[in-house]
Amino acid sequence: MRLLLGSFLTFMVAAAIGLGSTWFALNRGVAFGAINIGAWSARPRTGTADIDPYARAGIARTGALPVGLGDGVSFIARRDDDGRALDGRCDTVLRGTTPQARYFTLTLYDPEGRLVANSIRRHGFTSQELVRNPDGSIDITIGPRARSGNWLPTGGVERYVLVMRFYDTPVGIATRTGRDAPMPSVQMSGRCS
Amino acid sequence: MIRWVLWILAGVLLGGIVHLATILLLPRTASQDAYARLSPVTPVNAFTLLPAPSPESTALPFMDPAFAVAVCRYDLTAGPMKLAVPVSPAYTSLTFYSRHGVAFYAVNDRSAGRRTIELDLMTTPQRNDLPEEEDVTAADRLIIEAPTVTGLIMARALSPEPGQMEQARRALQSAQCKPQ
Repeated sequence: MRLLLGSFLTFMVAAAIGLGSTWFALNRGVAFGAINIGAWSARPRTGTADIDPYARAGIARTGALPVGLGDGVSFIARRDDDGRALDGRCDTVLRGTTPQARYFTLTLYDPEGRLVANSIRRHGFTSQELVRNPDGSIDITIGPRARSGNWLPTGGVERYVLVMRFYDTPVGIATRTGRDAPMPSVQMSGRCS
Repeated sequence: MIRWVLWILAGVLLGGIVHLATILLLPRTASQDAYARLSPVTPVNAFTLLPAPSPESTALPFMDPAFAVAVCRYDLTAGPMKLAVPVSPAYTSLTFYSRHGVAFYAVNDRSAGRRTIELDLMTTPQRNDLPEEEDVTAADRLIIEAPTVTGLIMARALSPEPGQMEQARRALQSAQCKPQ
């Protein structure tokens, strides 16, 4: 009887810990070899045959295909520089310089990777579309209401993520800090609708 | 008391094994991975232009809307494949994925040079079967070794401004992916 109870306890603990940690790893993300620059995070190795098992399980589950490292590098931001989750009802300003690349794109998705519906059907910018400051830096306002300059509409959704992809770029596995890859700052202002 | 602690400890250890096993086995059991999602809409061994992603529908999550995308679902069972993808004016890239979505090779128009990206795709045994002289004459032709017999090739052409999307899509329309 005691043996039965004991092994039952063991299996319950094993199932809870094993499956719980797998769920946690896939939903919250375990970032091996991630480059974190401000609010941005990239995992260049995910675009190679050396992809880690967690990223592998993640792409198999979501169906997303990673950007190959010979093509480019993809940075994702789910929070602003102060760690607040990006909220589509508030104005967020992206400001600064970008790493060297032939082209880059900025895209706004919902957390599941779908584009977000909005009145002007804009889902992002390419490096060529952005209006730049005289010193070459960029300012982009991301928010629910129309703005002058570079405005990326959020459609008023509660949660969104930003993805910046750099194509034909020296940024890669050797990149460690913001000095190699100067990413723009992400600041959510208090102005919410 | 000690006995119960030991039972729990055994559970923690077993839980670690369960965790590792599920992580490693998940790619083989996933029914909604990219290959499974694209199978109904893409024929084997030919490029198909994917519809542009929109808020209502997207072929795969996290697609870059600035790109025209064509997919070739390859099957090397019958033999190696030959690829020829014309370079679009702005930026073109080719990425090779295994059956489970691992990007094992990617190349862009800069490293490919010229006006088309030309490549051969084959499995390692098929490469070893190549006659020796042919291997030498094929030195100017890039050979990619695929880790799995089936998988996906994505040709992507950038449209730097919305008006150039048609041009990017047209370039990919003549992309070729066929058995040798």
